[in-house]
Amino acid sequence: MGELLRFSGRSFLDILEYLGRLTAFCRQILDAIIHGRFFPRLLFRQIVTIGYGSQTVVVVTGAFTGAVFAAQSYFKFKDFGVESSVGALVSVAMCRELAPVLTGLMVTGRVGASMAAEIGTMKVSEQIDALRAMAIHPVDYLVIPRLGAIMISMPLLIAESIAFGILAGYAVTVIGFGVPRAWYVHHLLYHTELEDIVIGMTKGFVFGLLIVIISCYQGLAATNGAVGVGRGTTISVVHSSLAILICNFFLTFFLNSLFPLGSQ
Amino acid sequence: MMSDKTSTFIEVRDLQIAFGQQKIHRGINLKVQAGETMVVIGGSGEGKSVLLKELIGLLRPDQGSVKIDGEEIGGLKERAMASIRKKVGILFQNGALFDSLNVSQNVAFPLIQSGVSDQNRIDERVTHCLEVVELSNQGEKMPVQLSGGMRKRVALARAIVNQPQCVLYDEPTAGLDPIVSDSINKLIRRLQKRNKVTSIVVTHDMKSAFHIADRIAYLYQGRIYFEGTPEELKNSDDQQIKNFIEGVSDNHHCLE
Ligand SMILES: Nc1ncnc2c1ncn2[C@@H]1O[C@H](COP(=O)(O)OP(=O)(O)O)[C@@H](O)[C@H]1O
Ligand SMILES: [Mg+2]
Repeated sequence: MGELLRFSGRSFLDILEYLGRLTAFCRQILDAIIHGRFFPRLLFRQIVTIGYGSQTVVVVTGAFTGAVFAAQSYFKFKDFGVESSVGALVSVAMCRELAPVLTGLMVTGRVGASMAAEIGTMKVSEQIDALRAMAIHPVDYLVIPRLGAIMISMPLLIAESIAFGILAGYAVTVIGFGVPRAWYVHHLLYHTELEDIVIGMTKGFVFGLLIVIISCYQGLAATNGAVGVGRGTTISVVHSSLAILICNFFLTFFLNSLFPLGSQ
Repeated sequence: MMSDKTSTFIEVRDLQIAFGQQKIHRGINLKVQAGETMVVIGGSGEGKSVLLKELIGLLRPDQGSVKIDGEEIGGLKERAMASIRKKVGILFQNGALFDSLNVSQNVAFPLIQSGVSDQNRIDERVTHCLEVVELSNQGEKMPVQLSGGMRKRVALARAIVNQPQCVLYDEPTAGLDPIVSDSINKLIRRLQKRNKVTSIVVTHDMKSAFHIADRIAYLYQGRIYFEGTPEELKNSDDQQIKNFIEGVSDNHHCLE
């Protein structure tokens, strides 16, 4: 019993300490935004890698999720004769939950992992020290461009994911199962608000921040050679994913209080 | 007295650092005059690389002070150290080349970052520096395609491309063949003679130490055990120093 208490106490303290270090890192980022040097070229290059490069993954994820979600809803909805509402359900779910969360998780795996690994390798091979020795702050050079790029890219990726999810849902229900097109589209448009899309893009924006902050922190904190880099990369993916899922819960309530869902 | 002060470029006082329980420096005192070449010798793991990193604030000592060109760097924040670091070039022991950039881009990097935008001037400097380290026509290669010795020479080119007032070399000739070693030694001397560059050279290579040093400091057990001219070092009666210079191990257990 004492052992258990000590263990949970220790884990709790570890989490607090980790959050403390992340907060300190956020302060460094703020400091870099205010006092640091800006590298526009690197920002542009990161937009290409993060935003442009992630499209395939995001589109495929969005489309198949939309398609499967539409199919499952259709199987049930047709028992009640409301299969023309599938479009509305798919659209609202894609906007508010599925697109931001799934895109966030996919980008974590694709982009967050590579950030942690790349920056971590630079750290353990003294390339970060080399930057510092040339009077370049590593946060200015490595973190800010990535942060800027993901702030720009994520909302757009979310929008793309939503669009492909809705299209795939349409293809499955209207073209595949022969649900009347006019009703389907009417319900879809009637029930989808601009706010739904804003919610999705806002979530994506926040998730993007989480991914970059956690992954870059792990990269810069890497020690202990290749083993350390590998460990840091794993940690960055796990922590980013958890942070996204937990943050999504709170964001949902917060955003829902701003833009309520249901009968207005 | 006054003139003596102004010509001291690097001044280290009572420097102490420990990693965990392991004490690396137990109070290092060292002065390097402007335009002088100071060679630091010492066994492997004695903290020579750590010392170079402390000099430009990459590692913060637990105690003691470091003054570069009269400016104390101890209390400075990372950003505030920029102006001091711009005066100093450093060759890391393992090169620390950026592996996302090719050789030319690596060498050009400090120039571009310090605001040189004239492409002709950049090309000219890069070509010149690669020539000096005998790596002409290798500019397109990526760091992973280079041998250890070549990486080191690229890193050396990168350290001097900006013509800094002071260069710190961490084992510049380790892993190089005798001929290239000799040309690197000559380069270090030439930089000092022509450009009045202040240098600290960390090395194991006694031949090159005697060749390039104005003064030699021997780092032993966390302190400067000896400091003096190459002549004084050669003529020293101290057993510890003799063993080190002649490469004699005082570990007799292996014979038993
Ligand atoms: N970042 C670090 N963390 C912990 N220990 C370190 C670190 N850097 C160096 N050391 C230790 O400090 C000692 C001196 O290292 P170093 O300066 O690289 O030796 P050398 O004189 O061979 O260049 C070594 O024992 C090494 O293990
Ligand atoms: Mg060393």
